[in-house]
Amino acid sequence: MIAEFGLVALWFAAALAGLQLFAGFLGLREGGEGIAVLARPAALVQALLCGLSFLMLLWLFARTDLSVALVANNSHSAKPMIFKLSGAWGNHEGSMLLWVTVMALAGGLIAFIERRLPERTMLATLGAQAFVALGFYAFLLFASNPFERLAVAPAEGNGLNPLLQDIGLAFHPPTLYFGYVGLSVAFSFVVGALLTRQVTPEFARVMRPWVLGAWVLLTLGIAAGSYWAYYELGWGGWWFWDPVENASLMPWLAATALLHSVSVLAARDALRAWTVMLGVIAFSMSMVGTFLVRSGILTSVHAFAVDPERGSFILALLALNIGGALAIFATRASTVAEGERFSILSREGGLVINNVALSAILGIVLLGTLYPLLTEAFDVRVSVGPPYFNPVGAIFLFPMLLALAIGPLLRWRQDSFARIRRPVIALAVTGVVAVIALWAITGIGILPLLGLALALMVAIGSVLPLRGRSLRRLPLSVWGMVIAHLGVAVTLFGMASDTAFQKERLVAVNVGDVVEVGPWSAQLEAVSPVAGPNWTAIEARLSLRYEGTEVAMANPQARSFWSPPTETSEVALTTRWNGQLYTALGNQAEDGRWQLRLWWKPFVTWIWYGGLLIGLGGVLALLGRVSGDIRRRVADRKIADRRADEAELAAETAS
Amino acid sequence: MNTGIKPKHQRLVLLVIALVALVGAGLLAAWALRNQANYFYLPSEIVAEAPGPDEAVRLGGMVEMGSIDTAEDGVTVQFIVGDGEARVPVSFTGIVPALFVEGSGVVAEGSMGADGTFIATNLLAKHDENYMPRELEGMSTEEVRAEIEATLE
Repeated sequence: MIAEFGLVALWFAAALAGLQLFAGFLGLREGGEGIAVLARPAALVQALLCGLSFLMLLWLFARTDLSVALVANNSHSAKPMIFKLSGAWGNHEGSMLLWVTVMALAGGLIAFIERRLPERTMLATLGAQAFVALGFYAFLLFASNPFERLAVAPAEGNGLNPLLQDIGLAFHPPTLYFGYVGLSVAFSFVVGALLTRQVTPEFARVMRPWVLGAWVLLTLGIAAGSYWAYYELGWGGWWFWDPVENASLMPWLAATALLHSVSVLAARDALRAWTVMLGVIAFSMSMVGTFLVRSGILTSVHAFAVDPERGSFILALLALNIGGALAIFATRASTVAEGERFSILSREGGLVINNVALSAILGIVLLGTLYPLLTEAFDVRVSVGPPYFNPVGAIFLFPMLLALAIGPLLRWRQDSFARIRRPVIALAVTGVVAVIALWAITGIGILPLLGLALALMVAIGSVLPLRGRSLRRLPLSVWGMVIAHLGVAVTLFGMASDTAFQKERLVAVNVGDVVEVGPWSAQLEAVSPVAGPNWTAIEARLSLRYEGTEVAMANPQARSFWSPPTETSEVALTTRWNGQLYTALGNQAEDGRWQLRLWWKPFVTWIWYGGLLIGLGGVLALLGRVSGDIRRRVADRKIADRRADEAELAAETAS
Repeated sequence: MNTGIKPKHQRLVLLVIALVALVGAGLLAAWALRNQANYFYLPSEIVAEAPGPDEAVRLGGMVEMGSIDTAEDGVTVQFIVGDGEARVPVSFTGIVPALFVEGSGVVAEGSMGADGTFIATNLLAKHDENYMPRELEGMSTEEVRAEIEATLE
């Protein structure tokens, strides 16, 4: 009954989305006020029903109800509870239900709280939101029903890919999905504003928290995914330019550009058409990402199913949504009046560089990701990796980082070089000295060399806006910007120093042997079998010394899962403030020696510390904006009350 | 620098800069893709027309039965990859993936050495029952395997 209940709730939610679509768009017409009042309640009830449906799925997984096909295929009664629950969205159907649920919750939230925009714009926004949602409901109900029953329930479930049986899975995909859905809300606002010709700073202010929130979640999701791949795959890399990684990076690039241009629109009423365009692109990239991952068109570590029906369905949705939005843009672009003007040397000018560079990198990543699919159509099989993405991306990334170091020093609208000459010269000197010193001392490659120098410049540039300002009075949103930009420098430093200074040793050793790598020495003390709840493993015990002093033990494992039978490498990570020692256990050679891989990765952890700082900056900016909005709302109400009092008083004295 | 230009023209200048950058990015990407993409070879193709020693490519095929040999250092493996028509010796230093076994499919990333041995920098094997390297997937490995087994017997 639980499954049927969930399915019925989902059907009702889809019907309400239909109602919301009609109420939103018919309500826009003359005399449509009667139906228009239904739009907000429809969105609210839809959110409740979707939430209920998703809870039902969680319940099915918690009980391991094997009569449901999805549970039987993806779960196992012996799995720990946390992985039973995360298994609910660790598969195609469940993850699509999660997507639709989050989208409905977001729609319900804007229907409930958002009162700042003209009501017509809100109606069009809710209508657009319902249109996008209906496509996903159809996809769920017709092509990927998560509640499908099996005629005969199997005795035991199929388990879950052990690579994914990890706490990372419990949070990584949902985080990304929440981000994607936040961009869908921004998309709906854009369509609503275009349809009702309301591309205004007020619209930008209403849309901004959604973009910020989506961007924070995408940032954290990508950072978490990168760390997951780093320790779970056992290859020691933190970014593989895998198509699935690119699928999450592309919406992030677009959202980063959108975040900056929406700030220009909100603060200065400039970049109107460009912001609208970016809003459409950001959501398009979320859909492209979903298509790449969920259609099975890429068979990589992350993509599991090959099912052309589903792929075509998502492609059709993509074409419909994006084609529709672009058609509206084409017909309405001329009605978006030219915004405020600005000089090239101004804050806006710097942000334009940011936007153009991010768009260029987005295009480069998109082309590189799609190119193998394109050539495959002509029967030429290629793969595209770091030799393409790193140098070509850097050509646009490095100038953007320079703009990042200097841009926040500039004033809005117009500035003069004379005013910022001193900090700019100081930054330039720092950069040049850093490049020369690094080149002379270390002789590392050109990309990490420039990366280290730029990390230094960005770090200095990011805190310069604090100069001469009262730190206690500084608005939260400025703190957010400073911290996020500092995070960029920290991440860049981690990436560049790991690339430049990492040391690797790959050896076959007997128990008792000592291996040296960088400042570390590791002694293999023992190799023994161990058992977990649903796996067995061979575990190595290594005692580690850092510069001669004993510091820690490392226990890398080679794990074998029973269901499905799969082997994984569990690496051991020994973290110091200045980097990580990464140890992996390989196979036993015929002569009894064990293969060990030791990697000293200086400052590699700073990549993810930086990611956390970037996310923290976004959260602070979000808090600053939302609390500002609330204060403004309270102040507006007080003014309105006072006006009403005064009018009453005036009326009384007049009579 | 901003005094001589009219605001209207500044807008145009920005637009031109943006367009030039974006078109430049597209052209650059197209050029780099032609040069930097790793081409995929079958053993018979790589024997017929070997790529240069500094060209990164991928070689995919079946690991020949009884061909895996571990070198003295314990971490270098040598094996032979075949597709039924040609056999290519491969050398790889590192920890091989768990499902790298004889008679199974493998994709090796690396380059062709001067002596005709393929120097692999990375090996991709089946991760689990559902996963297979992309190039072998499209080719229906079952067929390739059946064909190879037929020629081996």
